[in-house]
Amino acid sequence: MQDFEYAAPASIEEAITLLAEPGANARILAGGTDILVQLREGLRQTALVVDIKKIPELGAIAVAADGSLRLGAAVPCHRIWSDARLVAGYPAVTDSARIIGGWQIQGRASLGGNLCNSSPAADSIPALIVEKATCEIAGPRGRRQVPAVEFCTAPGKNVLERGEFVVALSFPPPEARAGSRYIRFIPRNEMDIAVAGSGVWLRLDAAGKTVEAARIALAAVAPTPVAATEAAEWLAGKPASEESWKKAGELARRVARPITDLRGPKEYRVHLVGVLVARALATAAERARGGDRDPMVPADGRPSGVR
Amino acid sequence: MAKKRHVTTTINGEAAEFLCEPRQSLLEVLRDTLGLTGSKEGCNNGNCGACTVLLDGVPVDSCLVLAVEVEGAQIITVEGLASEGHLHPLQQCFLEGAALQCGICTPGFLVTAKALLDHDPAPSERQIRFELAGNICRCTGYDKIVRAVQAAGRKLQEHQREQQRT
Amino acid sequence: MDRDFNHSQVIKDPADRYQVLGTRPVRHDGVDKVTGRAVYGNDVKLPGLLHGRILRSPHAHARIKSIDTRAAEKHPGVFAVITSADFPDLRTKTAHLGEGAVDLAHLAANCLAREKVLYRGHAVAAVAARSVHDAEAALAKIRVEYERLPAVTWVLDAMADDAPLLHYNVFTDEMGRKSAKPSNISQHLHFEHGDVDKAFAGCDIVVEREFRTASVHQGYIEPHVSTALWNQDGHLKIWTSTQGAFTARQQTAELLEIPVSQVTVVPCEIGGGFGGKIAVYLEPVVALLSRKTGRPVKIHMTRAEVFEGTGPTPGSFLRVKVGMKKRKMHAAEAWLAYDAGAFPGGMIGPGCMCVFSCYDIPHARVDGYDVCLNKPKTQAYRAPGATHAAFAMESVVDEIAERLGVDPIDLRLENAAKEGTRRVDGPVYPRIGLVETLEAAKKHDHWRSRLEGPNRGRGVASGFWFNIGLKSSATVHLNPDGKVSLLEGSTDIGGTRTSVAMQLAETLGIAAADVHPQVADTDGVGYTDVTGGSRVTFATGLAAHEAGKDLIRQLCERAALIWECAPDLVRFAAGVFTHAKEKKSLTFRELAAELHETGGTITARATVDPQGATNGFGTHIVDVEVDPETGKVTVLRYTAIQDAGKAVHPSYVEGQMQGGAVQGIGWALNEEYIFDGEGRMTNPTMLDYRMPTALDVPMIDTVIVEVPNPSHPFGVRGVGETPIVAPPAAIANAIHAATGVRLRELPMSPPRVWAALEAALRREE
Repeated sequence: MQDFEYAAPASIEEAITLLAEPGANARILAGGTDILVQLREGLRQTALVVDIKKIPELGAIAVAADGSLRLGAAVPCHRIWSDARLVAGYPAVTDSARIIGGWQIQGRASLGGNLCNSSPAADSIPALIVEKATCEIAGPRGRRQVPAVEFCTAPGKNVLERGEFVVALSFPPPEARAGSRYIRFIPRNEMDIAVAGSGVWLRLDAAGKTVEAARIALAAVAPTPVAATEAAEWLAGKPASEESWKKAGELARRVARPITDLRGPKEYRVHLVGVLVARALATAAERARGGDRDPMVPADGRPSGVR
Repeated sequence: MAKKRHVTTTINGEAAEFLCEPRQSLLEVLRDTLGLTGSKEGCNNGNCGACTVLLDGVPVDSCLVLAVEVEGAQIITVEGLASEGHLHPLQQCFLEGAALQCGICTPGFLVTAKALLDHDPAPSERQIRFELAGNICRCTGYDKIVRAVQAAGRKLQEHQREQQRT
Repeated sequence: MDRDFNHSQVIKDPADRYQVLGTRPVRHDGVDKVTGRAVYGNDVKLPGLLHGRILRSPHAHARIKSIDTRAAEKHPGVFAVITSADFPDLRTKTAHLGEGAVDLAHLAANCLAREKVLYRGHAVAAVAARSVHDAEAALAKIRVEYERLPAVTWVLDAMADDAPLLHYNVFTDEMGRKSAKPSNISQHLHFEHGDVDKAFAGCDIVVEREFRTASVHQGYIEPHVSTALWNQDGHLKIWTSTQGAFTARQQTAELLEIPVSQVTVVPCEIGGGFGGKIAVYLEPVVALLSRKTGRPVKIHMTRAEVFEGTGPTPGSFLRVKVGMKKRKMHAAEAWLAYDAGAFPGGMIGPGCMCVFSCYDIPHARVDGYDVCLNKPKTQAYRAPGATHAAFAMESVVDEIAERLGVDPIDLRLENAAKEGTRRVDGPVYPRIGLVETLEAAKKHDHWRSRLEGPNRGRGVASGFWFNIGLKSSATVHLNPDGKVSLLEGSTDIGGTRTSVAMQLAETLGIAAADVHPQVADTDGVGYTDVTGGSRVTFATGLAAHEAGKDLIRQLCERAALIWECAPDLVRFAAGVFTHAKEKKSLTFRELAAELHETGGTITARATVDPQGATNGFGTHIVDVEVDPETGKVTVLRYTAIQDAGKAVHPSYVEGQMQGGAVQGIGWALNEEYIFDGEGRMTNPTMLDYRMPTALDVPMIDTVIVEVPNPSHPFGVRGVGETPIVAPPAAIANAIHAATGVRLRELPMSPPRVWAALEAALRREE
């Protein structure tokens, strides 16, 4: 392992100062499940690791009076999927937190880390996109907000400038008659990186029979996680039926431009987009109608990581 | 080279302290500095679970935790499962149920399973498999491991009922 | 399934009268293994220990023009750097290492490359330093100049006349005759009996199919690790994770050109082997580093090194042709090409032996090719070569059953190998248990129950492994309280110190818990061959049994002393020594208590070398569900049925069956080395080399059938390897039943299954 110093600031300001240290190429340490592997393999270099887990804001889960959520960027996955408010309000997010690696990884890995690692296959990012998360960034020039859908710019790259880091993810209040879901396809049933992933959100009308609005985002089929806007917009006003889900899946395929790599051939990944979007929409609709939001037992009977 | 740090922590209920370089993982320090070799290195990148320990009650891959991070934390390793000379019901059930062959993955499984049973002493087969998916075994095919966890859960529930009676 | 369904059945031999065998005591090393106390290779600590790392080739094929280690040697914390120049210059020598002859120059070059690197990951240099981190940093300072060469990683490509040649001094051995020109094909084996061409001409149906399999790794969770101390007195002691302390000792001694008596190997507890920890990689390297530094040196491989620098099983191409006359197999032909890897000497022999081994086929011919190519040198992986062969043959048998409209188990029963059947490579089977496993399968709830639901199918396949004998030794000391210490030399990978102890206990008429077994080092017990070939419970158990008999003989002599009679008047039965003529008796324990006063304690010993195979047959049944939209295959239910001869400790026999079945499931569905165009493995991590997790498999139900092996006093047959042979074929057959599509390439991963389903749909349109 390369040699580095370690600092654990107690405040965001202190962290910003540390990140600015000249020549250190300092890197943030939250859960460590990506960065430590990369440092060990020499894929990234640093002389200073800045542990942000001692900053109170980074580890806080705060639900405001209006129902909106502010999720500290370093909150580990296991605290996310075991929080009943998050399961109820943002099930796509808790679905994704439940399947990033196994239990041991979820004991440490955070959504801020998953986001900032900016892998095109990141499981949490499609969920963040469809739940309309905003990334709160702090840096030497102050604070700024970036919608999750704009955060990643290329594989492993994002909008963060030198010395900046994500401190929290903010979500609007959950809507009535809305449901969301994240599923992915992996060859095993756990522990794999997504071959393709799909996050969806939708809202049904009062009768529960028509889609009022929808959002769809995809993982692992483009250089960044990507929104399938055409498919989502097409769903507005359509019946909440299997036929609609299938058609939306077909439309979503159009934004997929995957590569062939050791995780799967590209034609197969494009095909999977159609399958996953349709299945995710079916569960999201069930949830919108009051169906089970537990990531272990969703309405279609299958945990997020299975099938 | 970065200066060594002094870390104070609690391991298996006992106060512990050590010096470590910032780049050393918790796994490295447990094994090489503290002589607690029960946690094993299988892959060193979070894919096999052989290094699992409980960090403040949560199962983690100790190969992906820097030793400096555990200042003030409570750590449980396989060495801390037995108490006062008595094996933990999980250890007992693994032995009686022949749930190990080479045994290298066993410490990791025991620690994760302990966390699972602490949380829920009667998990379903599906739940056991889901929560143990981060622990890879190559020898047993998992069948006897799952059965041993179920048996240990039943034993723990029995103990609880007995204690409630007295 | 019925609630009372017995998930683990044992169908005992009715003549079975054993007291200890067949029971399920807690294993003797169990407490150490559940408390973290057991000492595995990486747990060994010595004062002054240095840590090493190995520099490996980034190229799949290249000439080494130069290696400059000077900068690395000066790196802070570094004590020594070595290359192959530090190895003795071995001429072509072979050594017999138990499971076959080994070319020592090749073995040395695999430990540290000589003129060429032959695969990505091939070891080139090694560093010993104060810490692993220092050693790693020093590797980056070693300058190697390579001249890259074209690489070849598919077996058929490597056989082509214009393929890049790996060795200028490897020639094709064609049944004793060597080819004129060097070749990547190091061996062509040919077996034949009957008149094959004439027989095919007379068949009603002939089915001929081609199959492909990818490189697959044994996947043991513990990486290779060795520590050496080459002491100032010249004695070399090595602590290592190995399947055979004696073979590691012999290989190391041969490679370093020192006498075997100068080397002691301590087999640490081992975290899995499956055949991959028999050849040495690290032992000679740490020995040389220790000699150079005067300190003990340890090297522990990283997981990537395990994938890229040790010995996966061959990838292969197989063509199998079977001809039927009505429901009888009349003619069969197989053409098999297996990876040898970077150096010759792969698994083609056993592949040829096993391909038709489950059947009685009067006319058969097998051609097998051992092929060098730019992949790591292949090693044994649990029944090496047999899984590939069974994948092909059992798929063809399934296809024939379908065409004939015959139940696949019935077709196998009608053609099954039995006592007296001659195999194509020559041996005639003694009493074997294939038919019994098929009959048990036919009666089993799994086979009889209905499989409901769309996209679901059931498959069955049989498998065979010959199992070996080879040499084992045992030493037994009797304690005054009647308990015995047993020293044996078989590394315990799966509970064998207990199954061996149980056989000693049975022989002596004492309890298993009254035996204290230990796996001794090469100074502490007589010569013992590897833990491999499913031989330990059979052969080391036999050694323990013979040592037990030696102990009883000596005890009879001692009782004769006490009773002042001739030794032949002392009888032993059911744990008691009796005087044949007078009313005198002593229990085992009572006699033990008398030893000290009557001449001292007793030590007994034995060395055995049983010849011949113990022949393990198994039949597996699997239900799968295929998701037609994704190609993902879910294993719903699995039953493994096997003839164990005599299951000494049924729980550990079941464990072998379950473990082998799950390895087979991984091999069938997801495991493969994925090479890029330059011969580099792109997935050398446990993230992307996908072994089954607990969530990927169901319970594995087992049925142990006991058809006693005539060549063992307790009827024991080897059991460890057979269970990995049938699963890929059983699963392929189940996928066919579920979807109508046959897959003939491993792994049957989701994109491949999906592509096959799509192609089938297009054909229908």
